[in-house]
Amino acid sequence: MEELYKEEEFFRVEKGLSKKVVEAISSIKNEPEWMRKKRLQSLEIFFQKPMPSFGPDLSSLNFDEITYYVKPVQEKRRRWEDLPENIRETYEKLGIPEAEKKYLAGVVAQYQSEVVYASLKEQLENMGVIFVDMDTAVKEYPELVKEYFMTKCIPPTDNKFSALHGAVWSGGSFVYVPPGVHVPFPLQSYFRISSALVGQFEHTLIIADKGSFVHYVEGCTAPVYSEHSLHSAAVEIFVKEGARVRYTTIQNWSKNVYNLNTKRAIVEKDGVMEWVGGSMGSGVTMLYPASVLIGEGARAEHLNLTFAGKGQIKDTGSKVIHLAPNTSSVIISKSISKDGGKSIYRGLVKIVKGAKNSKVSVSCQSLILDESSKADTIPIMEIHEETATVTHEATAGKISEEKLFYLMSRGLSEQDAMALVVRGFIEPISKELPMEYAVELNRLVKLEMEGAIG
Amino acid sequence: MKNILKIEDLHVSIDGKEILKGVNLEVGEGEIHAIMGPNGTGKSTLAYAIMGKPNYKITKGKILFKGEDITNLPPFKRARMGIFLGFQYPEEIDGVSLENFLRTSYNSLNGSDVSIIQFRKMLLEKMKILEMDIPFLTRYVNVNFSGGEKKRSEILQMAILKPSLSILDEPDSGLDIDALRIVADGIKKMREPDMSVIIITHYQRILHYIEPDFVHVIIDGKILLSGGKELAKELEEKGYDWIREANGRKENGRII
Repeated sequence: MEELYKEEEFFRVEKGLSKKVVEAISSIKNEPEWMRKKRLQSLEIFFQKPMPSFGPDLSSLNFDEITYYVKPVQEKRRRWEDLPENIRETYEKLGIPEAEKKYLAGVVAQYQSEVVYASLKEQLENMGVIFVDMDTAVKEYPELVKEYFMTKCIPPTDNKFSALHGAVWSGGSFVYVPPGVHVPFPLQSYFRISSALVGQFEHTLIIADKGSFVHYVEGCTAPVYSEHSLHSAAVEIFVKEGARVRYTTIQNWSKNVYNLNTKRAIVEKDGVMEWVGGSMGSGVTMLYPASVLIGEGARAEHLNLTFAGKGQIKDTGSKVIHLAPNTSSVIISKSISKDGGKSIYRGLVKIVKGAKNSKVSVSCQSLILDESSKADTIPIMEIHEETATVTHEATAGKISEEKLFYLMSRGLSEQDAMALVVRGFIEPISKELPMEYAVELNRLVKLEMEGAIG
Repeated sequence: MKNILKIEDLHVSIDGKEILKGVNLEVGEGEIHAIMGPNGTGKSTLAYAIMGKPNYKITKGKILFKGEDITNLPPFKRARMGIFLGFQYPEEIDGVSLENFLRTSYNSLNGSDVSIIQFRKMLLEKMKILEMDIPFLTRYVNVNFSGGEKKRSEILQMAILKPSLSILDEPDSGLDIDALRIVADGIKKMREPDMSVIIITHYQRILHYIEPDFVHVIIDGKILLSGGKELAKELEEKGYDWIREANGRKENGRII
C-alpha cells in the first residue's frame, strides 16, 4: 500500500476568499508585482459583480467554503483506495492502463510521458513554438503575458467568474506559435511536465501568429476525480491574420463539481477558430465558448456535444460575434439527456451593422432518452445587417419506436439499439476528435447508456 | 418437410383496432411463400407481428417458431432465433455506417466478435452479387439511399445475417425493372437452400423471378385463399374482388 502523504508536505491556503489569500497565492508562486496587482484588482471586481442572472441555480455554491489554492504536486498524492468506488469501477470498465489510471485519478504526479514529451519538446523548440505552463510564462515571457493575459480577450470585468479566475488562477498552458508555423501534432495538456491536471482555475493562453496552425487538446475522456467543488477555468485564444486554431476539450470531471468556465477567441482577418467540445462530467456546467470575429473573412466553427445524466445540468452554448464583413460561423450543438439530466442550449449569434455578407448556420439537436430528462434550446440571434445569411434549425426528441424496432429486428437489444443510435448521433463530433479520444468517447457513451457509471 | 413457422388463429390489434382476425399459416423449411392481397388488408401487419413489433398487440392465437412459442418474445430474441424482416420502409440511422451497423448486428446475432477484415471480405462478396459499390459501406444506414438502394441494402443484410426464416415486406415496391431484377436475383442467389422465405407483395411480377411454393391471399385480416404458384397468375388476371365475393359461399375461407 502506498504511503499516506503527511499533512506538513501539503500546502493549502486557508478557506475562503480574501486579499490575504490572493496575496498568499501570488507570493507562493513568487510572481512579479504586476501579476500580484492584477490578481488584487480582479478580486475587487469579483466582490462587486453580481452572480449570473441566468442559468442553473448556483445558490449552494459557497465561496467561503472553497480552498482556492493547493500546491499542485502534493495535491496529486492521493491513494488509489481513497477514490470513490464508482470512479474506480469506471476506470476498470474503460480498460484504462494502470499507469494512466493512477495519473488520471491524481494518485501519481504525472503520466509516464516524459520520454514522448522530451522529443516533442525538441521539435517544438526547433519550430520556435513556446509551450510552457502558465506560471513559467509569467516569469519567462512577461511582455507577451502582460499584453494578452486577461486584457482584451477575457478581462476580469467580463463576469463574476472571470473576475474570480483573475484573482486565484493557477496552472494552465501558454502557447505561442510563430508566423507561418504549422504544428504537426496536437498539443495536449497532459504532455506538459509539471502540469496540474486537476487544476481548479487553470488559465490557457494561446497566441497563433499570422498564417500559423495549432490544435490544442484539453482534458481527457476518462472521468477525472476532483476533490474541488468549483472549477472555473479560462481559455483565451488569439487567432492572427490567416491563422487557424482548433481547440478540443473533453471534460469528464466527477459529478460533485461545478464547472463554470469562460473560453473566448479573437479572430482576425481570414483567421479560423474551431471549437470542438465534449462535456460528459461535472454536476453543473456553464460554458459558452465564444468567437469574436474582428477581421474580414474570419471564420468560426463550433462543434459541441453535451451529455447530461443523473443529477447533471448542462447549460452550454456557443457565442459568435460578427464584427467584420464576410465573416462566417457554423454552430453544431448536440445534447443527450438521460436519467433526469437536463441540457440547455443557450447560444448567441450577433451580426453588427456593417458586417456585410456575413453567414451564420446554427443547428441544435437534442436527444432525450427518457421521460424524466429534459432539453431546452435558447438560441438568441441579433442580426443588425440586412445582407446577412442566417439559417437555424433545432430538433429535440426521443429515439422513435420505429427506429428501435428496426434495430432490434437485427438482433440488438433495446439498450444496444439505443446506444447505436446515440453513437451515430455523436458521430459528427467524435469524428473530429483525435482517434484515441473518439474511441474512448464512444466507449464512455456506451457505458453511460448501460447505466454502468454511478 | 419440417415446419419452421406455425401461426395459429392469430389476432392482432394496433391502437385497439383489430387488423388480423384469425390468421393460420404453416411454413416448412426451405419453402417460399408469397403473401398477396390488396392494400390495407393486413399483409405488413402479419410481417411485423411475426417479428414482434412492440405496439402490435396479439389478442388471441400464437406464433410458433422452430417449435417454440415466440408470441411474447421481444424482437431481438426472435432475430437471434433466426427470423429476419426485410422492411418495406427501412429506418435511417444517421451517423452509423452500413458496415458498422451490419457488423454490430452480425455480432449480436452470433454472439461473436468477427474480425473487421474477415467481415469486410464477406460483405464485399455479397455486395458484388447485388451490384453495390464499396462506398456503400461507409454511407450512413439508409440516409439519402434511393428506393432501390434501400431494398438492396435490406437483401444484403439478409445475406449476411443468414436467417432461417426471411420475411420480405414488399421487396419489389417502387422498383424499376432493372432494380427489380437485381433485387430478385439477389434474393435467389443469397438464399441458402434451407432458408424459408415469406415474400409479401402486391404484384406478382417479382414472383416471375422467385417462384413460390405457396401463394396466400390475405383479405380483411384473414387468409382467404391459398394455392400453388399458379394462383399468383390467376390473381394477376382476375384481381382480388372475386375472392372476397366467393368467400361468403365457401367454408373455412377455402375456395378451389
